[in-house]
Amino acid sequence: MTEISPTGEARTSRLAAEAVTLAYDRRVVSTDLTVEIPDGSFTVIIGPNGCGKSTLLRSLVRLLKPSSGQVVLDGRAVSDYRAKEAARLVGLLPQTSQAPDGITVADLVGRGRYPHQGLIRQWSPADKEAVDRAMAATGVADLASRPVDQLSGGQRQRVWVAMALAQETPLLLLDEPTTYLDIAHQIDLLDLLAQLNRAGSTLVAVLHDLNQATRYATHLIVMKDGAIAAEGAPRDVFTPELVHDVFGLPCVVIEDPVSGTPLVVPTSLGHRE
Amino acid sequence: MSASLDLPEAPASAEQARAGAVRRTRTRAGVVSLSLVAAVVVLGLVALGTGSLRMTPLEVVDSIRDLGAGYPRYVVLHERLPRILAAAVFGAALGLAGAVFQSLTRNPLGSPDVIGFSTGSYTGALVVITTIGTSASAVAGGALVGGIGTALLVYALAWQGGVAGFRLIIVGIAVTALLASVNTYLLLRAKLEVAVAAATWGAGSLNLLTWGDVVPALVLIGLLLPVVAALSGPLRQLELGDDAARAHGVRVEPVRLALIVTAVGLTAAVTAVAGPIAFVALSAPQVAHRLCRSAGLPLTASALTGAFLLLLADFAAQHWMPQALPVGVVTVVVGGVYLLWLLAHEARRKAA
Ligand SMILES: Nc1ncnc2c1ncn2[C@@H]1O[C@H](COP(=O)(O)OP(=O)(O)OP(=O)(O)O)[C@@H](O)[C@H]1O
Ligand SMILES: [Mg+2]
Repeated sequence: MTEISPTGEARTSRLAAEAVTLAYDRRVVSTDLTVEIPDGSFTVIIGPNGCGKSTLLRSLVRLLKPSSGQVVLDGRAVSDYRAKEAARLVGLLPQTSQAPDGITVADLVGRGRYPHQGLIRQWSPADKEAVDRAMAATGVADLASRPVDQLSGGQRQRVWVAMALAQETPLLLLDEPTTYLDIAHQIDLLDLLAQLNRAGSTLVAVLHDLNQATRYATHLIVMKDGAIAAEGAPRDVFTPELVHDVFGLPCVVIEDPVSGTPLVVPTSLGHRE
Repeated sequence: MSASLDLPEAPASAEQARAGAVRRTRTRAGVVSLSLVAAVVVLGLVALGTGSLRMTPLEVVDSIRDLGAGYPRYVVLHERLPRILAAAVFGAALGLAGAVFQSLTRNPLGSPDVIGFSTGSYTGALVVITTIGTSASAVAGGALVGGIGTALLVYALAWQGGVAGFRLIIVGIAVTALLASVNTYLLLRAKLEVAVAAATWGAGSLNLLTWGDVVPALVLIGLLLPVVAALSGPLRQLELGDDAARAHGVRVEPVRLALIVTAVGLTAAVTAVAGPIAFVALSAPQVAHRLCRSAGLPLTASALTGAFLLLLADFAAQHWMPQALPVGVVTVVVGGVYLLWLLAHEARRKAA
């Protein structure tokens, strides 16, 4: 899909949801929602709990079939793709995951290679290299032979990220990749994602930390009640009014002294007031 | 599709650690599997030589290779081999079916014998025995229909836009309880001789099996094995949860249905011939998992463990008891103890 931006340059998007209605049984989360993921962007989705961020990601990666509208990947409805073919193009880090009993880190990360394997073509040197790169990038290489169920929450989260990276898809969706991570590891991971993005991957991440969102996003999507409340470059869309409207949080927005991006400072002083 | 991720090169130590970890688990599973094969072969040869005509394993091998039509050769090939082969292959089929079911339900209780399948087969067989008669093929047909019917019923009742493992187990246990009372009712209504025949079948037995009984089941199991092998990759992905499996390109519902049908087919083939032999499907995968220290339940090792367990149980039932018993009695007693341990262990794990 191509769209002419105000500056006149063509903005393309390989992945887009076109007027989708997303629902679980009778519970409708989003109606007539249209979202385009700009190519080469690091798109960050923010919004309050339960507003439909995970639901949107799930629909983009075929986990949830829209009850109307369609998700388009490279000009074709995702529902027309063979499952593995789509899985070689778009990857997902789900919000919650489960590991089989007793699996080791290396084995789990290797499972991300499934879409590249077939009945005949099983484990190959390319798989091995992808797994090693993903483990090194996420800093879990030293844990390779440890059982996943004996890791800390943060170590485990990095293993799941490694599994998603090992899938080596040009588009990668991450649902709250920084959960469980301490602040240093959060920044490490976001830096890694930014590096992947600069190297050409298109990324979509759901984040809860607004300041991290504005700092790392090249494209920001703000959601409220299943709809898009604002969208665009963080500097353009991020205002105190928006934060108050979407999150109900009184705040001031100042310039981040380090990155120059918008920085949210809540005005509530809690018990000191 | 070329990968667009440009990650830094992995340091050599990480590479070695990874390769080492994977090699260790694979090697361990390989050693365990080879040991199990050896154990099954040795136990099989011992069992072939045990009975009123005693032979050493070497004599057994000689009697089979001896092309003459001597008496030992007849005893080994026609009286004992069908039973011993059935014990090994049926055990393998049950162990494999158990591994598939328990992986799908992510629960060590999610085994065909716990979630209604065996009880349903018994119901089918009982209906046939009390209405048509005790001919082996009619009973086998009744058991097949009863077991598969129950599996379909449980699947349909547990369906809710997809089948979650836990629902499948709960519904299965409820259906089992219901069918157990139906079975009791059918037995109470039957004439005494009929009831005795039915109860013997219902205990699960390999007694008096001939090639004619065993071969159709062996063929069916032989046809289903490659199907399980082809589905083992997607099954490993399902262990990561439905979302991750779908994100990796697994068509979750068709794959799960195919796996259930295959596992039901494996169990049905055994049950139709030998009756409901409990607890092999329940315990073999867990034993194999602990032996191999594998990720998830290992399919090959589960099958081999099942083969070994059923051979051993049948040998014990035949030769170690004051009087020969149906093998199902032995597996129920041993398996019952295991089930109690499992329930206590799971309860403690959940509480922790
Ligand atoms: N499997 C489900 N069945 C029914 N309703 C669901 C299901 N999953 C989510 N919902 C509902 O859909 C709505 C959107 O959920 P979603 O998970 O997309 O929110 P989210 O924006 O990701 O929230 P969070 O920040 O808490 O992760 C919520 O009201 C939630 O209760
Ligand atoms: Mg969410």
